[in-house]
Amino acid sequence: MAKALKCDVCDKNATVHLTQIINNQIHKIDLCESCAEEKGITNPDGYSLADLLVKPEVASEDAAESFESLGECPECGYTQKEFKKTGRLGCEQCYETFRPLLSRALDGMHRGDQHKGKVPEEALERKSYEDRINLLEGDLQKAIANEQYEEAAEYRDEILELKKSLEAEETA
Amino acid sequence: MTEGAAKKCPVVLMTRVRLARNLMNHPFPGWAKMPQKKDVLETCLPAVASLRPMKRGITAEIEELSELEKQILVERHLISRELSGSPERAGVVISKDQSVSVMINEEDHLRMQVVKSGYQFKSAWNTVNNLDTALEGGLNYAFSSRLGYLTACPTNVGTGMRASAMMHLPALVISNQMEKVVRAVNQLGIAVRGLFGEGSDASGSIFQISNQTTLGESEEAIIKRLSSVLKTIIDQEINAREKILETDPDKLLDKIGRAYGILQNSHLLSSNECMNLVSLVRFGVDLEMFSEEMRNIVDRLFIECQPGHIQHHAGKSIDTSERDAYRSEYLRKQFENIDKPENSILKVTTGQESMNTESNNEEENEKG
Repeated sequence: MAKALKCDVCDKNATVHLTQIINNQIHKIDLCESCAEEKGITNPDGYSLADLLVKPEVASEDAAESFESLGECPECGYTQKEFKKTGRLGCEQCYETFRPLLSRALDGMHRGDQHKGKVPEEALERKSYEDRINLLEGDLQKAIANEQYEEAAEYRDEILELKKSLEAEETA
Repeated sequence: MTEGAAKKCPVVLMTRVRLARNLMNHPFPGWAKMPQKKDVLETCLPAVASLRPMKRGITAEIEELSELEKQILVERHLISRELSGSPERAGVVISKDQSVSVMINEEDHLRMQVVKSGYQFKSAWNTVNNLDTALEGGLNYAFSSRLGYLTACPTNVGTGMRASAMMHLPALVISNQMEKVVRAVNQLGIAVRGLFGEGSDASGSIFQISNQTTLGESEEAIIKRLSSVLKTIIDQEINAREKILETDPDKLLDKIGRAYGILQNSHLLSSNECMNLVSLVRFGVDLEMFSEEMRNIVDRLFIECQPGHIQHHAGKSIDTSERDAYRSEYLRKQFENIDKPENSILKVTTGQESMNTESNNEEENEKG
């Protein structure tokens, strides 16, 4: 086996090896674990995208405030601490919950901040039907509770109509 | 892709397009509790299995598979290492011809991929797009008009699409130019990885080139951008081949001849060494030093020499050193009747001209 490399700072055995290319010149640095840690170069396994994108923002900008107040996702209980650890989110709602944090991160990650690709049209249409049916069903229950039977009948008919068109959509 | 067309584009082994999708109102798999993951699995597994391309395919819950079975699926790129490592309430559906696979409860609820041999991005995208539209007929996806398809990791949000090409770049590796290529390509938002994706090394001079960004561009625009980078890399590889043949043909003949000799006569071969030797033989096929029929054999060997496949072939679980012996025996048999390399190569037969034919070919394929 090759001879162990020495840390460029303290002469202990180096376990962290960095190669960087600056202006077409290859620069190599070998560090021991404690010096690497001191220099902020942590174990690559523990390093996450979230760290990379989030940490400098916190240090420099007012984002720090909004950051602390983001708390946890009301939908799934995910926390920003968790996000920083894994670089992943807990649920679709997290995109809203952590929006201030994410919009900065997304900025550096992608080629824009607006989706320009495929849209699940069928699913969206179905969803809008389902939402309207749910709404009307709530109204129907309320009307029944208040003994407004004429209105209730109207709601019921509308719901039936919507369900019929939804079914027609699905079989089509 | 027809064999004829594959022959004309020796640099691209295969193309793959995968989409990440999640169900509305369900936490992402990494954060979901077991009953929630179970719910997603039970919703998705039958929905995917009933799709037309999956008829007579394989449907499996990952927990039910043995370690070896999982390893074989990983080596064939049909499931990811991540799925194999966290199999709880996870599943996979694989089409009969293994060109389509859909993972359930990996990083996202659904990860669907289509693999095509050779250079066929548009066709792979069309297939996976149709599959996705069919699935959407029965499943409600988490989607926002602003951010597109919502994924567990913000690096996939938007299209949720990762298109990748598996490229064989031996001349760029031999002439030490890969580092330069990787650097240039990274600046264009395109990632370069080893054969088995994130964190894997590039044994056998095989690299996976894929888009890094998923938001702000349409699927077609991403593929177009990736294709143009791919074409540049192909050109670079062809140039590097010509250069080596011009300046140092003996070195190349020596490398390929030795690879042939070792494959025919060795008694201990690690999978990494094997990959590098088979890669050189494939380079030899491109240079017409071996018959064209060898191409299918070597492309198969890239997968068959992986540890899981060797054990599968042996019919039992065996340790590394025994595996190395078994692998070399397998290769000796494969190379027993292969004629020795033709050494009179004078010109590169995989030159610019045939690459152009290929790009036309791809367009023709897409029209058809």
